[in-house]
Amino acid sequence: MRKYILTLVFAFAATIVLAQGYQVGDIAADFKLKNVDGKMVSMADYKDAKGFIITFTCNHCPYSVAYEDRLVELDKKYKSKGYPVIAINPNDAVAYPADSYDNMKVRAKDKGFTFPYLHDESQAIAKAYGATRTPHMYIVQKTAKGMEVVYIGSIDNDTDNKNPNKEKYVEAAVNDLLAGKKPTNNFTKAVGCTIKWKKQSN
Amino acid sequence: MKSVITLIFSLILFTSCNTTETKISEKVIQEIDIPKLEALLNADTDTTYIINFWATWCAPCLKEIPYFDQLGETYKKDKMKVLLVSVDLGSAYESGSVHDAMTKRNFQSQVLYITESDAGKYIDLVSPEWSGAIPATIVINNKKGIKNFYEQEFNFQELEQVYLTTKK
Repeated sequence: MRKYILTLVFAFAATIVLAQGYQVGDIAADFKLKNVDGKMVSMADYKDAKGFIITFTCNHCPYSVAYEDRLVELDKKYKSKGYPVIAINPNDAVAYPADSYDNMKVRAKDKGFTFPYLHDESQAIAKAYGATRTPHMYIVQKTAKGMEVVYIGSIDNDTDNKNPNKEKYVEAAVNDLLAGKKPTNNFTKAVGCTIKWKKQSN
Repeated sequence: MKSVITLIFSLILFTSCNTTETKISEKVIQEIDIPKLEALLNADTDTTYIINFWATWCAPCLKEIPYFDQLGETYKKDKMKVLLVSVDLGSAYESGSVHDAMTKRNFQSQVLYITESDAGKYIDLVSPEWSGAIPATIVINNKKGIKNFYEQEFNFQELEQVYLTTKK
């Protein structure tokens, strides 16, 4: 009997996970989260943006760390063209003190982040977007309907940054948008660290 | 370089604990590429494979690996095999970090290292349900048509339940 209950629980949990979050084409919710400079940041603050390169990331995950310089490059390249980077850390700082707000400030300063690094303390935004890992990228485009999700996935296919012929998925997607097209490749996968969700209180 | 380390390690093992049951062969990391992974996932056998994807930097992975070892030990008379597949970056593998983690933590199950650097090429191959987050585990028995994927961390009890449901 116990086995059946467990199987049911697993099946139920799997359904919840699959049902959550945005798919390409969905309209993404705006947020109001605290930046490392203490100010609150929303997408609505950027009147001139055509969209955003949003990344769920954190301080401690080696895969996130491996991509930090590439995030700065993306922001430098595309902010002036209307697609700035916004980084969001959703990790539970109780489970991972390295991912605390204070440590975010240190990380942003040390790495010279040119973009906001926001704290999703309630984890509501990561849940709404359906982020599961860090880093996890979402590109959104401003449309008449709202902020439309046009790409979900990884920055490129070479976390180690050693392959000169790597496929730069995010760049290709933003270039498509700037050329007036929807991204041809709009969904990719990569290995990442699981987002550290807060323990459910029973 | 790696083979030298393995050789030294094997010699130490051989000279210092040749009376124990430690199997030297299990202390070698097997490299696995996409075709080999595909062959493993589609193996025409009634052996149940419990394949865990982990990395040296993933704390929840390191925490649960002893439970996978315990499962392998508890059911070693069954037609089952526990495999620990490292998805570490190439730099971590080349520097010996994967090997160090395996030996320092005394992993008992067979450790493999996936040599493909583009994870997008194997994530969907393992399971379309896998978002790419780890720890992740797939339980396969192709003769029984079992292919159950879990993107979660296990304790021993949960893992044992998952295995026992495949035995029915």
